[in-house]
Amino acid sequence: MTSAPELESSVKGDRLELSARGAWTAHYADALEMLVERHASGSANAAAVSIDMSHVNAFDTFGAWLLERLMRGFRQAGRNADIVGLNENYAPLLREMSDVNQSDYAPPVKRWHWTTPLDLLGRNAEAFFIGLAPFVNMLGAVGTAIGRVAVRPTTFRLTSMVNQFDRVCWQAIPIVLLITFLIGCIIAQQGFFHFRQFGADTYVVDMVGILVMREIGVLIVAIMVAGRSGSSFTAELGSMKMREEVDALRTMGFDPVEVLILPRLVALVIAVPVLTFLGSIAALLGGGLVAITYGGMSPEIFIERLRDAISMSSFKVGLIKAPFMALAIGLVACTEGLRVKGSAESLGLKTTDSVVKAIFMVIVMDGLFAIFFASIGM
Amino acid sequence: MIYDPIIKVRDLCVGFGDTQVLKGLSLDVQRGEILGFVGGSGAGKSVLMRTIIGLFPKQGGTIEVFGVNMDRAGERERRTVERRWGVLFQHGALFSSLTVRQNVQFLMREHLDITDKLMNEIAIAKLEMVGLRASDAEKFPSELSGGMTKRVALARALSLDPEIVFLDEPTSGLDPISAAEFDALIHTLQQTLGLTVFMVTHDPQSLHTVCDRIAALSDGVVVAEGDLGTMMLSEHPWVQSYFRGKRAAGGYKPLEMESVGA
Repeated sequence: MTSAPELESSVKGDRLELSARGAWTAHYADALEMLVERHASGSANAAAVSIDMSHVNAFDTFGAWLLERLMRGFRQAGRNADIVGLNENYAPLLREMSDVNQSDYAPPVKRWHWTTPLDLLGRNAEAFFIGLAPFVNMLGAVGTAIGRVAVRPTTFRLTSMVNQFDRVCWQAIPIVLLITFLIGCIIAQQGFFHFRQFGADTYVVDMVGILVMREIGVLIVAIMVAGRSGSSFTAELGSMKMREEVDALRTMGFDPVEVLILPRLVALVIAVPVLTFLGSIAALLGGGLVAITYGGMSPEIFIERLRDAISMSSFKVGLIKAPFMALAIGLVACTEGLRVKGSAESLGLKTTDSVVKAIFMVIVMDGLFAIFFASIGM
Repeated sequence: MIYDPIIKVRDLCVGFGDTQVLKGLSLDVQRGEILGFVGGSGAGKSVLMRTIIGLFPKQGGTIEVFGVNMDRAGERERRTVERRWGVLFQHGALFSSLTVRQNVQFLMREHLDITDKLMNEIAIAKLEMVGLRASDAEKFPSELSGGMTKRVALARALSLDPEIVFLDEPTSGLDPISAAEFDALIHTLQQTLGLTVFMVTHDPQSLHTVCDRIAALSDGVVVAEGDLGTMMLSEHPWVQSYFRGKRAAGGYKPLEMESVGA
């Protein structure tokens, strides 16, 4: 069996003799490195060095490289160094080592400096604005694709669109209904709890109705869709990009935007209003349920109050926003998907980016819409 | 010569669902040889390799590596055995979020307690041994060509100086010149490091130039094994058509062997 490596030195006249023993292998690399480090600087006044390797009983790249490093150190210090008694089986490996690590290679080291956070801030800001370009680019590509499809409607991928619609809308209905229902319940419960203190119970219905119809319904649905479908679009397109499927499509004369992205966008643009409508109804139901059980309101009064509180325009405000939010989510998701590079890490990063940016966009758009609707008096 | 198989497979049965891929396969790999393992597409070559390295469960038979029965070995013993082999996957299987250097250092960082300086030097040494330059060290796997990916994967497989390397189709997807270089590289490394190489391959040229011994897989068992001459003389129809078929005939010329086999 192998034993731990050793390196003994003895000085004879102006000659340093090193005698090596044991296994010079990866297994003992840590001990070996220390041994070599210790002897590299020893006995500076010796003019010649000889290393006796005849008692080494195992030898691999680690041993060979450390021996070579020792020899290079001696030679650099202007001493004559030679190796004696190396097993001839090991000689080719040592010869191999004489060619390696000849260039001055140093791995890049990351150092912290007080400017680092500033540097990062600058880079991120730059990346943010540069990141807008592909987004606008995608908007243009989608526009031209829509133009082409409008001229020749048969080229539209209806099957693909229906498939996507099934995934983003039909299959999302249960979870969207459940969550909006719960949100409706929570808003109504909080309303009763706090409004009761100053006897404004009846206004809870107004609050629930207007909030759900104008804002909460569409926002919750858009955020759900961004997390559920946006991320899956990015991951799908990203892995297609990684496996060169997107390039394959392009070389076969297809426009990836037309084949992959347009059906998804169309499916989303139809799905989000549908989900918003269903979600709003579920939220109203949740609110009503709480009003009846917790607020002690009769169903008739609840419906009566609701009819007074919400008008057609609050309903429209919610639904008008939905397709625009769908478009934003879809564009962000597809753009990020096509920006995936070769690595698994980049796929993860872009999927995160996609969801974060989509939710951000949705909320910003909601704010802009609020200003717009207020100024036109809706 | 002492009969000392480094890998000993006996009556191995592996199947997936209703399909039985390996039906009682037995195979020995000798210490220090390059064994080429051939078989038709889907015959189960990669399945055998993956079963030996423990990625696929087996239904029957025994596998011994370094004399350790892999079924009876405990967790620790398995880890020790695993440290003594390296695997080159067909598509490289480099970690895409790590640089080339970090890929090669991955096992060292895990198993060895050495300084960063030595670790960098060894990683560069390994990369230069497989024919890459130090300037490639900070690239990411997505920036590499197919040939470079295979080389990095080989450097990673060799990072802890294993005694056995498993190569799954090392030359597939490489142009003939790169493939020949890769074969020569494996041969050189086998000579210098004294490796045992288990090579799954489709490439007749690799078989001719670097393999000491060849085993042919057909119908779930090894139907022929031996050097190239033995394979040429085999009576088995699949082996006959593989080694004497049209594509093989072009590749097998004794003259060519000498010129590339250096």
